[in-house]
Amino acid sequence: MKRFLSVVQGVAWRSIHNTIVNPAVLVPSIVFPLFFLIAFAGGLSRIGDVPNFHYPPGYTSFQFVFVFLQSAAFGGVFTGFAVARDFDSGFARRLMLSAPRRGGIIVGYTVGALLRWVLTGTVVTIAALIAGMNVYGSGAQLTGLLALGVALNLVSALWACGLAMFLRTEQAGALIQMPVFVLLFLAPVYVPLSLLTGWIHTVASFNPVTPVLEAGRGLLAGSPVKVAIAFAALAAAGLVLAVFARRGLMSAERAG
Amino acid sequence: MAVETTGSALGAASSTRGASFAEQSIALGRRAVLRTVRQRGLVIFPMVFPLILFAINGSALSPATHIPGFPTDNYRDFLIAMPFIQGAMFVSITAGVDLARDIETGFLNRLAMTPLRGEALLVGQLGGALVIGVIQAIIYLLFGLATGVTLVSGVGGALVLLALSILISFAFASLGEFLALRFGTGEAVQAIFPLLFVTLFLSSSSLPRNLIKASWFREVATYNPVSYLLEGLRSLVITGWDAQALGLGFGFAIALLVVSLGLSRSAMRTRLARR
Repeated sequence: MKRFLSVVQGVAWRSIHNTIVNPAVLVPSIVFPLFFLIAFAGGLSRIGDVPNFHYPPGYTSFQFVFVFLQSAAFGGVFTGFAVARDFDSGFARRLMLSAPRRGGIIVGYTVGALLRWVLTGTVVTIAALIAGMNVYGSGAQLTGLLALGVALNLVSALWACGLAMFLRTEQAGALIQMPVFVLLFLAPVYVPLSLLTGWIHTVASFNPVTPVLEAGRGLLAGSPVKVAIAFAALAAAGLVLAVFARRGLMSAERAG
Repeated sequence: MAVETTGSALGAASSTRGASFAEQSIALGRRAVLRTVRQRGLVIFPMVFPLILFAINGSALSPATHIPGFPTDNYRDFLIAMPFIQGAMFVSITAGVDLARDIETGFLNRLAMTPLRGEALLVGQLGGALVIGVIQAIIYLLFGLATGVTLVSGVGGALVLLALSILISFAFASLGEFLALRFGTGEAVQAIFPLLFVTLFLSSSSLPRNLIKASWFREVATYNPVSYLLEGLRSLVITGWDAQALGLGFGFAIALLVVSLGLSRSAMRTRLARR
C-alpha cells in the first residue's frame, strides 16, 4: 500500500507541478471556463426572460452550474492530454518501468486532475460571485454541488487517461475531448429541459449529464432534484471507466 | 517531398529565366493547395466542428426566438452566420501553421536564396486557405439549407453570402500568415486561436445586439468588428438586401484583409531579408 501511495503521490505532484509552472497549460484551463461564463451568463442573460423559464436565483446562477461542472469535466480531459504528451515524450514508459505499483499511475493522474480543477473551480466561482451570482442553497447542498463536480472530474479523468493510454499519442486530443464536449452540450445548457423541443429534447432526456446538471442547479437553488439519480449515474460511469482506464494501462504495458 | 520539389523547381526556374510574379504565385499556390488537400485529417475536423455546434445550439437555443423583438422565428436562420466565421477562424490557424512550418523547417530560408518575391509567397500561401474557404462555405450553406434555413435574399443572396464568407476566410488566413511570420512557430499561432474565439463569443453571435441584456456586453459587441461580419452574413438570411449591414460586413472584411496583408508584407520582408 505504501508503494502504491508513493506512486500516486509522485504522479499527482508532477501533474499539478507541470500545470502550475507551464502557462501554456494553466492559462487555457482557467481562461476557457471564464470565457464560457462571460459569454453565457453575460451575453445570453436575456434567455432568462423567455416565457416559462423559472430559476429563482437567476440566469447567472443557472449558467454558473454548467460552467462549474464543465470545468470539472475539462479538468479531467486536460489531464488526458498530459498523459498523451507523456507517452509521446517517452516519459510514460520510463514511469512504468520505475513504478512498483502501476495502478497508482492512473490514481495519481486522477488526483492531479482533481487538484488542477480545484484551482479552476475556485476561479470560476469567484468570478461568478463577482458577476452577481445568487446562492440559495444551504451549506450541505453546496457541498453536494461540489461533490457532483468532484465525481464528474473523476469520471472524465478516467475516460481521458484510459483513452490516452490506449492511443498513446497527443493526436488523440480531439478524440478525448470531443465526446465530453458533445455530451455536455447535449444537456440542457441554456434553458431547462422542459423548454427544449424537438430532437434536442429527446437526446437531452436520455443524456446522463442532464440529471447531473439538473441536480447541480437544484442544489444551488436550494430545491434539490434528481440528486440520487445524478450520483448513481456518475458512480456507474466511474465504475465502467475505471475498468476502461485499467485496460488502457494494460494495453500500454503490453505495448512496452 | 513533392511539396519541397515544387519549391525547388520554382527556385531553379526563377534563377534561370526569371519567373514573373504571377508564375511565382501560381507555383506556390499549387504547392499550398496540394499540401492542404493532403492534410485531410487536419482540415476535416475544423470544418465539421462548427457544424456540430450549429446543430446543437441551433436547437438548444431555439427558445430564444420567444424573446420579444427577436428577428426570426427560426433560430437556425439567426445562427447560420456563426459557422462561417468559426470556419474562417480555423482557416487562419491552418494557414498560419502551414507557413510557420515552412519557417521552422527552413524552407523559407531556402526560398530567400532565390529571386522569389515575398508578395508572391504571401499570395501563393493563401491559395490553400482559399480552397478551404470555398469548400467550407459551400458545405455550411448546404448544411444550413438542409436543416431548414431559408434565405430571404434568394439565390442572389446565397451567392453574395458565399462571396462574403470566402472574403472573410481570406482575411483571417492573412491574419494567420502575419502571426506565423511575426512569431515563427506553429505553437505560437495555435496559442492565439483562443483569443480569436473570444472575439466570436463577445459579439452578437448568439443574440442580436439590441436584445443583449448586459450593457457592458452590448458595448463590447458593438465595438467588436466580428459582430459586423456576422451581421453582414446574417442580413442576407433574415432581412434580405440590407445595404448597411452588407456594407459594414464587406467593409470590415476588406479592412482586416488589407491590414493583415500589409503587416504580413512587412513581416515577410524581414523574414526574407537577403543577407
